[in-house]
Amino acid sequence: MKRLLLIAAALLLASAPAAAQEPPPAPDRPLPDAAQEARAQALFDDIRCVVCQHEAIADSPAGIAADMRVLVREQIAAGRTDEQVRDDLVRRYGDFVLFTPPLRGGTWLLWFGPFAALLAAGAGLWFATRRRAPATEPLSAAEEADLERILADQAVRPDPDAKPSDH
Amino acid sequence: MIVELGAFALILALALAVLQTGMAVAGRLRRSPVLAGAAEGAAVAGAVAVALSFAALIWAFAVSDFSVSNVAANSHTDKPMLYKVAAAWGSHEGSLVLWCLVLTGFGAVLTRARGLPFGLKASAVATQGLLGVLFLAFAVFTSNPFARLDPAPFQGGSLNPLLQDPALAFHPPLLYLGYVGFSVCFSLAVAALIEGRANSSFWPAWGRWVRPWALASWAFLTGGITLGAFWAYYELGWGGWWFWDPVENASFLPWLAGTALLHSAVVTERRGALAGWTTFLALLAFSFSMLGAFLVRSGVLTSVHAFAVDPERGLMLLAILGVASGSAFALFAWRAPHLKGGAMFAPVSREGALVLNNVFLTAACATVLLGTLYPLILEAIDGSAISVGPPYFALTFVPLMAVALLILPAGPLLAWKRGDLRGVGQRLAVAAGLAILIAFAGWAVFEPKKALSAAGIGLGAWLILGTLAELAERLRLFRASLPESLRRARGLPLGAWGTTLAHAGLGVFVLGAVVETGYRVEAARALAPGQTIEAGKWAVRLDEVRIVEGPNYLAEQGRLTVTLRDGGAPQSVTAERRFFPTGGQTTTEVGLDFRGLDDVYVVLGERGRTAADEPGWTVRVWWNPWARLIFLGPTIMALGGLLSLLDRRLRLGVNRKSAA
Repeated sequence: MKRLLLIAAALLLASAPAAAQEPPPAPDRPLPDAAQEARAQALFDDIRCVVCQHEAIADSPAGIAADMRVLVREQIAAGRTDEQVRDDLVRRYGDFVLFTPPLRGGTWLLWFGPFAALLAAGAGLWFATRRRAPATEPLSAAEEADLERILADQAVRPDPDAKPSDH
Repeated sequence: MIVELGAFALILALALAVLQTGMAVAGRLRRSPVLAGAAEGAAVAGAVAVALSFAALIWAFAVSDFSVSNVAANSHTDKPMLYKVAAAWGSHEGSLVLWCLVLTGFGAVLTRARGLPFGLKASAVATQGLLGVLFLAFAVFTSNPFARLDPAPFQGGSLNPLLQDPALAFHPPLLYLGYVGFSVCFSLAVAALIEGRANSSFWPAWGRWVRPWALASWAFLTGGITLGAFWAYYELGWGGWWFWDPVENASFLPWLAGTALLHSAVVTERRGALAGWTTFLALLAFSFSMLGAFLVRSGVLTSVHAFAVDPERGLMLLAILGVASGSAFALFAWRAPHLKGGAMFAPVSREGALVLNNVFLTAACATVLLGTLYPLILEAIDGSAISVGPPYFALTFVPLMAVALLILPAGPLLAWKRGDLRGVGQRLAVAAGLAILIAFAGWAVFEPKKALSAAGIGLGAWLILGTLAELAERLRLFRASLPESLRRARGLPLGAWGTTLAHAGLGVFVLGAVVETGYRVEAARALAPGQTIEAGKWAVRLDEVRIVEGPNYLAEQGRLTVTLRDGGAPQSVTAERRFFPTGGQTTTEVGLDFRGLDDVYVVLGERGRTAADEPGWTVRVWWNPWARLIFLGPTIMALGGLLSLLDRRLRLGVNRKSAA
């Protein structure tokens, strides 16, 4: 929270002369090159509007988001790669600015946790069902006879879910 | 006077909840049906008291009694009556009363359930009472909705205008019916942990008691989340419907846990297996509901939807969560090892498929939990701030669920105990072939070409076709005569129809989500009246903008005409920017042109200047192909859930024979 406020304050200070008159946010002028504009749009979805709650600059009506869109477009027009644009944003605002968290020591659990959870849940249930199942041996002749007798004695309730073809 | 009665009724409800808990515990310990019956009476009386209290609160809002500080802060005389009433649950205090109403209301219905063994019922009533004590005490002592103001203001401070919307008026009640409905599953799970034995007849019966509650809560939660997503879609004006926002995730967690519970409870009911796991999920679903309440109300997470943020109350909610879930999971850790048992099954079987479903849903649940809480955890550990947004979930949650959905159609075709994979493959071969064809067709038709989106289309088609193939199999469609198939259709239990609907609805949702996300076209430009903007195959002309006056707002209303670029029926839409003087807020009213399954989504932005420096307005246009399916799919799923609920096998107390 505090960090967010600091960022917001820094941004306000940086744009103080402009903010004094509160100009309308920069209009969204698409880049003339369609391929470059598509790259810019894709990046907008991954970049967080740093003063908003949880919005990408693609969606945010905030003035800062418009400024960030202009910044991204300028850099792409200047021939920077997507990676360079991202790195530059991270340098300015920190990892916070990207909706894709970085992969580093502290985020290993975040990135690999889901798949570890899948393996753990799978392994857990696999072993739980395995251990419970004792080795089933074929019935002895006496047991078969018992079974026959019981089955004959007792009308077995049909399984309501059984396939129609089963009976 | 009515307000004081409401406040009194809430305190009375707290006292009744204390009584309910005490008498249920005493009744259970002394095996006294009289005491246990009295506890049930207290539960019903408590629900009535909360209902009266809630009615009093609604009355205070309806007549705009601004001497009540909650009304003064959240209402306004100019507001339409629907939103005055809806404001009763639009604030922290009011929504907490609604929460308590659902909690005690469901608790009262629980006391009417027939066939539950004495001990189990008394324990469940006691647990439900304890939950009531916790939340009612929280409401009475920290969030009194009836607190008076002196002097009373002449006018209220109004409700957030974003929330003045029919979808949002009904979103919280539906959501709460789902969230809090899981409390009964929670109570039944706690009771089962106390009373349950590794006894083969107990768990199938318990599974049957839990299933209707899980099903009802799940259906309501599905409806509530869908309504919320729909609201975000057309009210917030950013063209999206889900952003993996922490608050959205908070409602998604109990849904995922509830979905897993729904499936694992089937295994417990039919085969007495997975008893421990099902109880765990029942505890987890309501724990996630409470976690959601904490996340939304405490302000620990930044979100577009967070409301009534108050760290101190957040701490209280965290304490409630800790007490309720902490003790329940401690009980689970202690008792669950004694609950082994149940029938055995081969890995390839209906049970095996349901276990696999649970493995994936659990991993998906863990993913959403990680993604939601990780920024908090990391900041606490090393102070670094990160954001976890859609790209993260696209790389983790989506592939996990894609694999799960790929397996889904096979599940219902497998027999219990030991399934025949080859037979299932034969029955699904046609559906699989068609789905692959549809994927290629999607790849050929949609521009730009995207292999992953085309695969997603195939997956959606696979879910629908695979589910229909299973239905056809049950009805022996095309193999038996038509009258025979119709006879089978009539004989099919409602639960089977519900399953079919829910699974097919999921496929419909996948189709909509994949196509909308993959092929959405967006355009934005400043337009002067008479000028046109193009998005994909659509052209949108700004005809005129005028100022209109609403009941409690002023608006710039744009009239726009949507046409196909190469001719076609023009359709007029209006999009507004509303300014609410009371709160100083501006909202957008999206102009939506429904074109078959597609939406043309038009937002009127701020005044600006066009490229030629004429005065104009920024107009943003989205072409959202197949967007209709995104909301239709979950609606079908929720209906499927409600249909299953009508199945007589699931009705409370119907099957009394099994209640040994």
